[in-house]
Amino acid sequence: MALTTLFRRKDDAPVKAEARYPAIVIAALILLGLILMIFLFADWLAPYDYRTQSLLKRLKPPSFLGGLPEHLLGTDELGRDVLSRLIYAIRFSVLVALGGTLIGALIGTTLGFIAAHFRGLTEEAIMMLADVQASLPFMMIALALIALFGGGFFLFVAIMGFYGWEVFARLTRGVVIAANTQDYATAVTALGAPARHVYLRHVLPNILSVLIVQFTLNFPQVILLETSLSFLGLGIRPPLTSLGQMLGAGRAYLTSAWWIAVLPGMAIFLTTMSISIVGDWIRDRLDPTLQAR
Amino acid sequence: MPGRLFLAKFARGLLTVWLIVTLTFVALNLSGDPIEALVGDQAPAEVIAHYREKFGLDRPLWQQYVSYVAGIAQGDFGLSLSDQRPAIDLIAAALPRTLRLGLTAFVLGLVLGVGLGIVAALNRNRPIDRFVMSFAVLGFSLPNFFLGILLILLFSLHWRLLPSSGDQTIWHLILPAITLGTHFAGTFARFTRSAMLEVLNKQYVVAARAKGVPRPRRVLWHALPNAAIPIITIIGLKLGDLVAGSIIVETVFAVPGVGRLLVNAVTSRDFALVQAILIMTSITMVLANLAVDAIYALIDPRMRAARSER
Repeated sequence: MALTTLFRRKDDAPVKAEARYPAIVIAALILLGLILMIFLFADWLAPYDYRTQSLLKRLKPPSFLGGLPEHLLGTDELGRDVLSRLIYAIRFSVLVALGGTLIGALIGTTLGFIAAHFRGLTEEAIMMLADVQASLPFMMIALALIALFGGGFFLFVAIMGFYGWEVFARLTRGVVIAANTQDYATAVTALGAPARHVYLRHVLPNILSVLIVQFTLNFPQVILLETSLSFLGLGIRPPLTSLGQMLGAGRAYLTSAWWIAVLPGMAIFLTTMSISIVGDWIRDRLDPTLQAR
Repeated sequence: MPGRLFLAKFARGLLTVWLIVTLTFVALNLSGDPIEALVGDQAPAEVIAHYREKFGLDRPLWQQYVSYVAGIAQGDFGLSLSDQRPAIDLIAAALPRTLRLGLTAFVLGLVLGVGLGIVAALNRNRPIDRFVMSFAVLGFSLPNFFLGILLILLFSLHWRLLPSSGDQTIWHLILPAITLGTHFAGTFARFTRSAMLEVLNKQYVVAARAKGVPRPRRVLWHALPNAAIPIITIIGLKLGDLVAGSIIVETVFAVPGVGRLLVNAVTSRDFALVQAILIMTSITMVLANLAVDAIYALIDPRMRAARSER
């Protein structure tokens, strides 16, 4: 059942034109647009540098709760502006999740093509590795890699890139094997096109929608993974910040300054929920079985 | 389940565990000298030699590998680098707490989720259905570390009803179990609802109604067992989430379980302990998936027939 059907009056009625853009989807799209703006224009939007400390103005509440007017969302334990930190935290979290998902999609799709092309032992080996990855929660694999190789920023993005490659590999392998038996692929091969040309120019465009849907499924997962690891203090580390890092650091000040932890938590929650809602909606629209009705 | 198929699945599981064991061994040898990380690069040569001998790192690589695999097969995962005690002892001491929390959360999530899913399916498109499904969406969208912190803020700091850390009494279990269980309740509610909706329209349920079977018996006796198959599939898929979730929840609520042990081991880069936990988890996951397969065959006679034909 899709998230969007929840908020429709009757989910067994045919989808009418006005039901194509339910209010909840529009709200989610607006929120995602806002996050994209923050991601792109963080430098202009943030009123202060996210690292500037001011020990005289520590743990001030947001201005609507009686704090200082110049710090809209208050300050943290080192007197840093929470709004500015939140803006940069969103930028870093989105950057890591985007990078991680892209790397995973690229590795997985490539391995899927290789498995489908060579079949036999190569395919077995790739699928066995996919099974191994799927047999452990990725959080544990990531923790093991961090224990081994340490916690640099680019290394962390690379580790996030390991997430979900096996799903892309299985998906691509399946659709490429199916596509290879289609007449258009046979025809182009018979005309003498090299395999690489067939895959890139003919098969890839045909399976792109499946890959895009998987991308929208993976992206919020990587955000959750990054924020979880950063929350544990093992992902993005100071002086850099991320939503999870802010939340983890703010946890120590729950009694005196709850806003340091709660605001980034709300940001994570709203982001992942918006992506799920929009993703479900896109899936419904791309699904030919639903459109036929 | 037919013996041959079970054996094939078992062999595949064994292969998976062996691959993980081998990959951790390779990764460990790629990552540099653990002794240097332990004693520092300023340490005198004889100290380093002593530790190399103690951890068996002075032998050729293939000997290390053979004794490593043989040790694991006998339940010997080596010594924790930072604690110098057998890794398995540290895990064994922490495991009961993790199991208690995990099982409580899992049962809570399952009972609540399946119950709510049935209620939602029976009241399809009524306000109660929409309410339950909104709860489900909330349940699996809220990151568990954030939910845990919200619960601590409200129940421990604001109303001062429940303890926020430790695991001394049954009261300490409530908040972590709710935090971990909510995610599963949301997922199970969603899947139970759609599975029940599918089954409730089937001919045999209509036939049961026609012959006058009362509604509770119809729902619980005729419909639910048939809806159980997708639900059990989800249980198998979500076990990994339970493991990952308990790492976070144990940290949030300071429960001294395996999850916290793992986080501390990663922080101090005690890879011997990390790999022991990794391998133990993969064995558990493989066994759990075998159990799920066995349950399929137990509850679905068709599955038994289909499988023996294959």
